Amino acid sequence: MNRLLNIILGVFLYSSVSMASNIEKPQKQDWTFEGVFGYFDKQSIQRGFQVYKEVCQVCHSMKYLRYDDLKQVGFGEEEVKAIASSYTVQDGPNDQGQMFERPGRPNDYCVSPYNNEQAARASNNGSYPADLSLMIKARKDGANYVYSILTGYSDAPSGFDIQDGLHYNPYFAGKQIAMPSPLTEGQVSYSDGTANSVEQMSKDVVNFLQWAAEPEMEKRKILGIKVLLYLSVFTVLFYLVKKKIWKDVK
Amino acid sequence: MSSKKIKTGTVADWIEYRLPIFSFLKHLGDYRTPKNLNYMWSFGSIAGIGLVIQIITGIFLAMHYSPNAVTAFGSVEYIMRNVNYGWLLRYLHAVGASMFFVAVYLHMARSLYYGSYKTPRELVWFLGLLIFFLMMATAFMGYVLPWGQMSFWGATVITNLFSAIPVIGDTIVQWLWGGFSVGDPTLNRFFVLHYLLPFIIVAVVLVHIIALHVHGSNNPKGIDVKSKKDTIPFHPYYTVKDLFGFGVYFIIFAYFVFYQPNYLGHPDNYIESNPMVTPEHIVPEWYFLPFYAILRAVPNKLLGVILMFSSIMVLFALPWLDRSDVKSGTYRPVFKKLYWVFLLDVIGLGYIGANSPEGIYIILGRVATLYYFLHFLFILPFLSKYERTLPLPKSISSKL
Repeated sequence: MNRLLNIILGVFLYSSVSMASNIEKPQKQDWTFEGVFGYFDKQSIQRGFQVYKEVCQVCHSMKYLRYDDLKQVGFGEEEVKAIASSYTVQDGPNDQGQMFERPGRPNDYCVSPYNNEQAARASNNGSYPADLSLMIKARKDGANYVYSILTGYSDAPSGFDIQDGLHYNPYFAGKQIAMPSPLTEGQVSYSDGTANSVEQMSKDVVNFLQWAAEPEMEKRKILGIKVLLYLSVFTVLFYLVKKKIWKDVK
Repeated sequence: MSSKKIKTGTVADWIEYRLPIFSFLKHLGDYRTPKNLNYMWSFGSIAGIGLVIQIITGIFLAMHYSPNAVTAFGSVEYIMRNVNYGWLLRYLHAVGASMFFVAVYLHMARSLYYGSYKTPRELVWFLGLLIFFLMMATAFMGYVLPWGQMSFWGATVITNLFSAIPVIGDTIVQWLWGGFSVGDPTLNRFFVLHYLLPFIIVAVVLVHIIALHVHGSNNPKGIDVKSKKDTIPFHPYYTVKDLFGFGVYFIIFAYFVFYQPNYLGHPDNYIESNPMVTPEHIVPEWYFLPFYAILRAVPNKLLGVILMFSSIMVLFALPWLDRSDVKSGTYRPVFKKLYWVFLLDVIGLGYIGANSPEGIYIILGRVATLYYFLHFLFILPFLSKYERTLPLPKSISSKL
């Protein structure tokens, strides 16, 4: 069904995009969240959050996510409190009219690394590290795309002219990207003993970002099965009733 | 009207005497309909339910949405994440727009094939086109509301079309924007109009149905109803048939809502609008693509805009362009073939509209645009004069 849709409509909608700059198609990975029975791999999402926290977060915000939301992927009440309180949140004004700083609480939105876009650009050579809350939905074939970007850094082929401050990545539009290769082998130490290869960390962080982009996904897919079952029964019933009522019309 | 004898006594009679609502319901009950309508006739009521779904989900979304350039994008995410079943409401509304267009396009395609726009149903056709026009305006403004990149840049491209009008064009565009670019005032008025127009559509739909009920539905044979034997009451025959149609429609609808909710949207619309960054390709929603291709078929902006509006306006002239007495395409062997060629041409225009106007797509776009107009302005008038049609059956009931 999916493939059929892709053939019929995919050509229709986006056929131009990948042709434009001759960039590589994202590598296809297997994800647990795909398909009608797709689900979140919570262990992987937790590891992915760790990667985000230790690596991505240095530059990238996640402003539509609350620390509280992490409970959905298996973090406990106390863990979430501890995570939240490790951040400093600006609050106020207090009754003296002053803004003040306090430790984060679970119902705070994730603290952004920069105060605003200008500050982010000033620290990043003019580029703006995008907010990651919706990254997977904001790119075509988002999960495979982000995975491919993270694992796709390589040396530029000879003769390829790279601009100052950019890095070669065949999956990015124009094949050069401002973000330097963020992950190195063994960079994050997982407490559950999972091997911390670049591929594994990328996979974990994509699982985390996929959950962050559509936290309702599991609920949606389960409800979808019920709705489709109900509608199928409804439709068959009305077909039979229709047959019966129309029996004498000729 | 009603009330031959006025029995006093029941509340129903009392009301009926003052407001003939019960005889109106009775009309709906025994409204006679040709008995040979096929499933293509289901798309009228399917489009109706599509409109109702849009209005209901839209009202609930509006309770949480904030039409302000700073907060709009965030408020949509708030709906998706924090409002109970907000994600369901929004996906129903977004997918619902596409499903509504699917139903209306099929409804129109049925009219084109069976000649439903011909005497005496020209006004039914006109009112339908008016609904189509209002729908397009509503859908366009609705797509602007999430305030993503495609919202912003789509709004910029489409409002800029008015700048093609000589002398006063730029003034009109600034008036539409409420400023010197698409911005907060634009978003705010688009929200107001997006909320208003559906209710006007409902009003036009009612008039569309009243006009339809004067002479009743056309039918696959395209001949008039001769006797009561040719018809059956709308209820229960077509109510139950339409309910089955709804079931099939809802299954497809639900598949998209629950498993491919963003398939018909553009990923760029999950990036908050940024006036400083232009997307690589600005493409409208799929249901506008054929018209978008016609717009870009000529290298002159004003001419492109005129062509695009003409491509819809020409539909108003259809009852006079196609003067053949035979309504149904079934009895018009040449028309039947060219009808499918025309549909392929429109689908082709949609495909071309999704691609950037470079290389082969420029030529293809021009040929397909030319053929679009050729079909209406040359082929149909020519066919209605010279085509040898097949003999029509004597009545709807007769076997041949």
